[in-house]
Amino acid sequence: MTEEQEQLKPANPKMTARDVKVFYGPKQAIKGVSIDVDMDNVTAFIGPSGCGKSTFLRTLNRMNDTVASARVEGLITLDGEDIYASGMDVVQLRARVGMVFQKPNPFPKSIYENIAYGPRIHGLAHGKADMDVIVEKSLRRAGLWEEVKDRLQDSGTALSGGQQQRLCIGRAIAVEPEVILMDEPCSALDPIATAKIEELIHELRGRYAIVIVTHNMQQAARVSQRTAFFHLGDLVEYGVTSDIFTNPKQERTKDYITGRYG
Amino acid sequence: MAEHTIKAFDDDIDRLRGLIAEMGGRAEAAIENAMLALQRQDKELAAQVVADDKRIDAIEAEVEKLVVQVIALRAPMANDLRDVIAALKIVGVVERIGDYAKNIAKRVPLIATNSRMLEPVSLLPSMGQVAGEMVHDALNAFAARDADLALAVVERDTVVDDFYDSVFRTLVTFMVENPKTISECAQLLFVAKNIERIGDHATNVAEMVYYAATGQTLPDRERGGMQQLEN
Repeated sequence: MTEEQEQLKPANPKMTARDVKVFYGPKQAIKGVSIDVDMDNVTAFIGPSGCGKSTFLRTLNRMNDTVASARVEGLITLDGEDIYASGMDVVQLRARVGMVFQKPNPFPKSIYENIAYGPRIHGLAHGKADMDVIVEKSLRRAGLWEEVKDRLQDSGTALSGGQQQRLCIGRAIAVEPEVILMDEPCSALDPIATAKIEELIHELRGRYAIVIVTHNMQQAARVSQRTAFFHLGDLVEYGVTSDIFTNPKQERTKDYITGRYG
Repeated sequence: MAEHTIKAFDDDIDRLRGLIAEMGGRAEAAIENAMLALQRQDKELAAQVVADDKRIDAIEAEVEKLVVQVIALRAPMANDLRDVIAALKIVGVVERIGDYAKNIAKRVPLIATNSRMLEPVSLLPSMGQVAGEMVHDALNAFAARDADLALAVVERDTVVDDFYDSVFRTLVTFMVENPKTISECAQLLFVAKNIERIGDHATNVAEMVYYAATGQTLPDRERGGMQQLEN
């Protein structure tokens, strides 16, 4: 815990949400959430199924735009800029705010192409040599380079689940994002692959603002410095992870993390 | 408090609390019997206190094992985690309390019956009673997760400290006037010191209970029984 507290960096908001409400048709999924996402600390969203944590995560890079019935109210900013403003380029936004999903979803292409695709469409590489550098750098940061450097032309889908997920993280990293959102990134992985992803999150901290949604409270405790507990569309409690797990202030948080919920 | 979704977790916690309640009861009885043995010069009772201490030690070992198991298998969080850690620390302290009671009992045969000794001895039973009550209340506070009761125990420590200062002065005066009793009085000084330490340890338990119940630590306080050193 002491180590965790030492690790905690002072608040440095990268994204802010103010009174955010999300509706799916008539049903309200998020009931006025305000939160700051730190640049230098990993933020974990925890809560029971249906509490709105994934829905809220998806508002941070406008993934909910793809759901026809979804409507978002309130203010969300990235570096002070309203990401729902009419002039906002959503493709550009999603490059700046990358996302990693529950199930690894590599493109059915080579490992190399999986990484190169994003930089290419965003025009980040000038020529093959340039792209090689980006691919190696991204795979190194994703902790995958040593395992795949001799078979970059193999299909990404031929990798193990854990490797595929790190490939997806590498793919997100390749377009130089500022924020990485992870939605249950380890729920389909075995404990060893999970540990590798968690170690990777630790290494990526500070370079990118990281938000992780997880059902696994131990994982939230292990990888994050700040934890937000969601319940029935409310942000019940948001605080320093070590405080949330040793001395939560709210009864609902306490019941959930001690296994007394419901 | 609501039950855990996993019932076996509640069973573990219940067992942990049961063991600590038993341990506390035994430590309290050890103090009471040691003081009674001292008053009555009852060597048999004193020997019984020494023998019974083994069970207190055994409970400590059992709790340690159970706590490690609970942490490994249940991954307790928040107040559960604070409870389990407090339990682990409390058994260490209660084991020490048992040792102090045992130490008092071991001194009983060394303090010969002597009617002249009544005066300095007269304060000790009351002092022992307060310390015993502190142990009792500290463990009750743990059982009931009662932060207020824990706080009351902490505040009562000064009573034991005042007793100690008083006994110390009485014994020193008595020894000056009756040099032949120095050997017995020295034993009584140790008895008084042991009770004073029991009070401190009960206070430690109460502080752990307070933290487990509230998540807040009590500010550090002066440990008493040192007044005579300043004089």
